[in-house]
Amino acid sequence: MAGIEAQAPAGLSAPRVIRPALPWYQRPMARTIFYHAAVGVTCFFMLYPIMWLVGSSFKPPDEIWTNQTAIIPKEFYPQNYPNGWAGFGGISFTTFYRNSLFYATLGTILSVSASSVVAYGFARVRFRGRRIWFAVMLVTLMLPTQVQIIPQYIVFKQLGWLNTFYPLLLPRIGGSAFFIFMIIQFIRSIPVDLDEAAMIDGASKFGIFLRVILPQLTPAIITAAIFSFYWTWDEFLVPLIYLNSPELYLVSLALRTFSDPSGQTDWGAIFAMSALSLLPVFVIFISFQRYLVEGISTTGLKG
Amino acid sequence: MGVLPMAAATLTKGKRRRRSNFGQDNLVGYLFISPWLIAFFLFTFIPISVSLILSFTDYNVLANSGDFIGLDNFQRMFFEDRRYWRSVNATVKYVVFSVPLRLVFALAVAMLLNTYRRGVGVYRAAFYAPSIIGGSIAVAVMWREIFGNDGLVNFTLNLLGIEGPNWLGRPETAIWTLIILAAWQFGSPMLIFLAGLKNIPKHLYESAEIDGANSLQRFLRITLPMLTPIIFFNLIMQLISGFMVFTQAFIVTQGRPLDTTLFYALYVYRRAFEQNEMGYASAMAWVMLMVIALLTAFVFRSSSYWVHYEADEGS
Repeated sequence: MAGIEAQAPAGLSAPRVIRPALPWYQRPMARTIFYHAAVGVTCFFMLYPIMWLVGSSFKPPDEIWTNQTAIIPKEFYPQNYPNGWAGFGGISFTTFYRNSLFYATLGTILSVSASSVVAYGFARVRFRGRRIWFAVMLVTLMLPTQVQIIPQYIVFKQLGWLNTFYPLLLPRIGGSAFFIFMIIQFIRSIPVDLDEAAMIDGASKFGIFLRVILPQLTPAIITAAIFSFYWTWDEFLVPLIYLNSPELYLVSLALRTFSDPSGQTDWGAIFAMSALSLLPVFVIFISFQRYLVEGISTTGLKG
Repeated sequence: MGVLPMAAATLTKGKRRRRSNFGQDNLVGYLFISPWLIAFFLFTFIPISVSLILSFTDYNVLANSGDFIGLDNFQRMFFEDRRYWRSVNATVKYVVFSVPLRLVFALAVAMLLNTYRRGVGVYRAAFYAPSIIGGSIAVAVMWREIFGNDGLVNFTLNLLGIEGPNWLGRPETAIWTLIILAAWQFGSPMLIFLAGLKNIPKHLYESAEIDGANSLQRFLRITLPMLTPIIFFNLIMQLISGFMVFTQAFIVTQGRPLDTTLFYALYVYRRAFEQNEMGYASAMAWVMLMVIALLTAFVFRSSSYWVHYEADEGS
C-alpha cells in the first residue's frame, strides 16, 4: 500500500497519507516469520503428546523409562507391535479390530441411510406437526445418555441380548439427530426447481428423493459417514455396558483391559496398540479433512 | 448457523403466514420421518419415562424387583449420600474450569488462524488433531502415563531439578490432569469460531481503523460483540458435554483419589452397573437431566442481555 501511495503523481489535491518507515520488526516479512515461529511452536506442543506416543511405541522396554522425553527412539524396536497384537487371554487384536470394523461399518450405514431418508422428510415434505417434531429432534441432542441407558439396559437384558450387537445397532435405525440436522441444512440449499420439474413429470415424493435429491447428497453423506465412523470407533460407554465377553470386545474396550495397570507391564506394547487404534481415525481425518472442517463449521457439529 | 439458532428460530416462527398447499402431504411426510419417530419413541421417549418411574423405586436389576419407595432415593441423594455431593463437587469444578479454558483457547487460536497466510490449513489440522482423537481410550491411556508417578511430566521436571508431585494420586492435582486434557481438545469450538470470524464484515474493521481504534478496542468493540451468537452456541454445547464427561475419568483416574474425580456420569454408571442400584441411579440421572435443562434455559434467557444479533438478520 505504502509503495503505491508514494508513487502517486505529485500535485493531487487529495491529502496524501504519509506513513513513517516501519521498524524492521513490523515489516511484512518479519511479521510473517514471527507468525510462523509462534504458531509453529504452539502447534508442536499441541502435537507433542501424540508424536511422543507414536515414538514411544517404537522404543525398547528400557529406553521407554530412560529416554522418556524423546520423540525419535535411539533404538528402533518394532517388536512392540507383534507383542501387543497378541492381545490377552488368548484373544489377539485381530478379533478386536474385526469387531470394531463390523460395528463401525454397519452402524454407520444404518445411521447415515436412515438419517438421509428422515432429513428428506423434514426438508421437503410439508406435513402437520413437522415443526414440532423438528424441535423435539433438536432437543434430543441435549439429553444425557444416562437417562436413556438404564431402562434400555433392563429391556435388552430381559430380551437376552446382552453380549450381542443388537443393543448397539438397533437404536441407530432412526438415524442420528446430528446427521439428520446436517443433511436437512444441505437439502435446503438444493434449489426446489428440480423437485418441481420432476413432480410435473409425475414423480412421487419417493421418486424425487431417489432420483433428484439422493444423487446430489453425496458430500453431505460423506461428511456424516466420516463422523459416524469415528464416533462409533471411539464409542466406549455403551459397548462397556453390553459387551462383557472378550471375544466381542471392540478395540476401545480391549485397550482398556489391555492397559490395566494392575495386570499389564509391557508399556511398549500398550503404546503400540494405543497408537495403532488411532491410525484409522487419522487416515480418515487426513484424507477427508475438507469435509470434516466444512461439516463442523457449517452445522456446529461437535468433534 | 448452528443447531441452537435454528432451534430458536423454529420455536419462535410459530405465527408465520400460511404457506400454499404445495407439497403438503401428511402421510408421505410421516412415512419419511417414521424411522426417526419409531426410534425416538422406542429408545428415547419410553426409556426416559420409565427412568422417571424407576427413580421412585428401589429397583435392582439382579433381583429384577423393585418397590415403590416414594421420594426416598432423592432424600438419600441429597441428605445422606456424601459421595453424591463429592461427585457434584467434582463435576462442577471440572465444568467451571474446563469450559472457559477450552473456549478461551479456541477463540485465541481461531483468531491466530483467521488470516490468509500460506500454511494455515496445516496449522488448522494440527490444532484440531487432538480433538479428533479426544474421546478415545488410547488418549486416556496415554494421559495416565504422561501424568504417572514416573511419567513424562515428572521425568521432564526431574531434568530441570524439580521433584514432581504424584499428579494422579493427590486430591489437589488429580482433577487438573483431566481439566488440562479437556483444554487440550479445543478443536471443534475453534473451527466454529473460525467460521464466525470469517463472517464478520471487513468494513467494520476498516472504519474502526480510520477512527483510530487500536487492536484491543477493535477486539472488544467489534470481534467480541459480533461473535456473541457463536460464543453462546459454543458455551451451551461445551457445558452439556462437560457435565456428561465420563470416559476420561473412568480410565485416567477411576474417580480417585478420595472421589475428587468421581464425575457425575461416572457415579451414575457405578451405581447402576456396578452396584446394580438402578432405581437410585435413575433418580440421579433425572436430577442431572433437570439441572442441564435448567442451566440451558438459564443461558438461553440470559442471552438477550449479552448476545448480539444483527438487526437485519431476520429478513
